Amino acid sequence: MSLYLFQALNGIGLGMIYFLISVGLTIIFGLLNFVNFAHGAYYLLGSYLAFTIVSLSGNFWLALLLAPIVVAALAWVTEKTLIQRAYHLPHTFHILITLGIALIIQELSISIWGPIGKTVAAPPSLAGVIQLGDFFYPKYRLFVIAFTAVIALALWFLLERTRFGALVRAGSEDAQTVSLLGTHIHKLFALTFALGVGLAGLAGVLAAPIRGVHPFIGPEVLGLAFVVVVIGGMGSFVGALVGGITVGLVQSMMTTLWPQGASLMIYGAMAIVILMKPYGLFGRA
Amino acid sequence: MKLEINGIHSYYEKSHVLEGVSLQVNPGELVTLLGRNGAGKTTTLRSIAGIVKPAKGSIMFNNEELIGREIFDIARKGVLLVPEHRGIFGILSVEENLAIAVRSSSRWSLADIYEMFPRLYERRKNGGNALSGGEQQMLAIARALVNDPKLLLLDEPTEGLAPVIVDEIVRILQKIRSAGVSVLLVEQNLAVCEKLADRHYVIEQGRVVYSGSGEQFRQEQEIKNRYLAV
Ligand SMILES: Nc1ncnc2c1ncn2[C@@H]1O[C@H](COP(=O)(O)OP(=O)(O)OP(=O)(O)O)[C@@H](O)[C@H]1O
Ligand SMILES: [Mg+2]
Repeated sequence: MSLYLFQALNGIGLGMIYFLISVGLTIIFGLLNFVNFAHGAYYLLGSYLAFTIVSLSGNFWLALLLAPIVVAALAWVTEKTLIQRAYHLPHTFHILITLGIALIIQELSISIWGPIGKTVAAPPSLAGVIQLGDFFYPKYRLFVIAFTAVIALALWFLLERTRFGALVRAGSEDAQTVSLLGTHIHKLFALTFALGVGLAGLAGVLAAPIRGVHPFIGPEVLGLAFVVVVIGGMGSFVGALVGGITVGLVQSMMTTLWPQGASLMIYGAMAIVILMKPYGLFGRA
Repeated sequence: MKLEINGIHSYYEKSHVLEGVSLQVNPGELVTLLGRNGAGKTTTLRSIAGIVKPAKGSIMFNNEELIGREIFDIARKGVLLVPEHRGIFGILSVEENLAIAVRSSSRWSLADIYEMFPRLYERRKNGGNALSGGEQQMLAIARALVNDPKLLLLDEPTEGLAPVIVDEIVRILQKIRSAGVSVLLVEQNLAVCEKLADRHYVIEQGRVVYSGSGEQFRQEQEIKNRYLAV
């Protein structure tokens, strides 16, 4: 019993990290109609920056604050210099450009941090386990669940209850009309891209103490994020949340039941959703 | 706040749609742009708003050239297009549709708008996609009003609406004009145009073929038959 509870909690924690990655991907696609294949690479960068900041300062909290901001700032610069020029082009160009960015980030990471993986320690205050009766669970993983839940709420508030969020939603319906109302559409696009990518960076920081950092994780993360988005529906916040947790739970449960079958189950779940609801569980046509 | 369009040529890809359109809207005037389907009325409005980029000519607003500016930049000068398709955001509530357009410099606040359009107040929590055609048109105009308009470009605001709603829109346009906002109105309903306008232009195949005051135009049966009869 407690083994299943353990795996369920692991799955939720993992799923919330997948949510953070995918929600960024989905917001960017929704507003900018832009496919970001560099999303996994920015996650990777978040993890490595966390490693460096923790190594230098010994302070995980500093990494949690700074690394996503640096990743978002970098994304903003990339948007301004490169990505902005590609919005009007077909999706194949988006894929080429962002795959290029992903490779650059990955190869630079290898030359800076080396080809061998790194570990990042959880902060001392969250080291060890928490005990409830005869059930033990790592404190850090509980923290991840709570923290990502707060981030998810804040993000929901930002998207559903602020003017910025209304503009993002309006823009995903019709960007030209948003311009006609006097909104600086290029700023809105750049900010949204930076926000979405910054969330991937944040996910990278949070995952680092659990999964470590290694330079080839980008494509795997990207693949999972796409699965989540396909299951949940492109452009849907709730879809990213439900899809993320579903994938996290399936992955985690499968590690006790049939580890080799984890990927099979995830892609199987995706296939079923595509067959039954081509636009995903919460997607709009 | 004067609009002066001088000999603009606009294209869609290779097709030459505006072939030297010139017209003026003086401060506080309500001017109509009339013409048959496909004459180039919408394209003229889209050229002013910056959606279509004229290849030649000039569009001066308040002595500033608008050609070459970005859509949002033109909107920020108070030149606001209410497009034919109305552009209501279906996934936003009525209130959100207004809120994203609110500019504190506008003489119309959200409260003024709700007073002017009681129906929008009743429906403020509804999604934009739940509105009737008339309500969508009201919302589209209201959204321009909170956005601090100096010159409103209206593309067929009464199209497809019931007569009572048309009267309502006429009443609102009169209010807008008496507030001193200039209006360039594209409209098929001649009765509406004659009720409202100071001056009229008629456009045919991308050229202005007639211009005259409201009084003159009333007498022009020949022009109406030649250019406006269906
Ligand atoms: N997006 C477009 N691409 C190519 N041609 C277009 C496009 N939009 C309009 N046209 C053409 O340009 C010409 C002028 O169209 P425009 O929409 O300006 O006419 P209009 O006077 O507004 O007509 P209506 O009364 O039907 O709204 C027409 O011949 C039309 O077919
Ligand atoms: Mg038209």
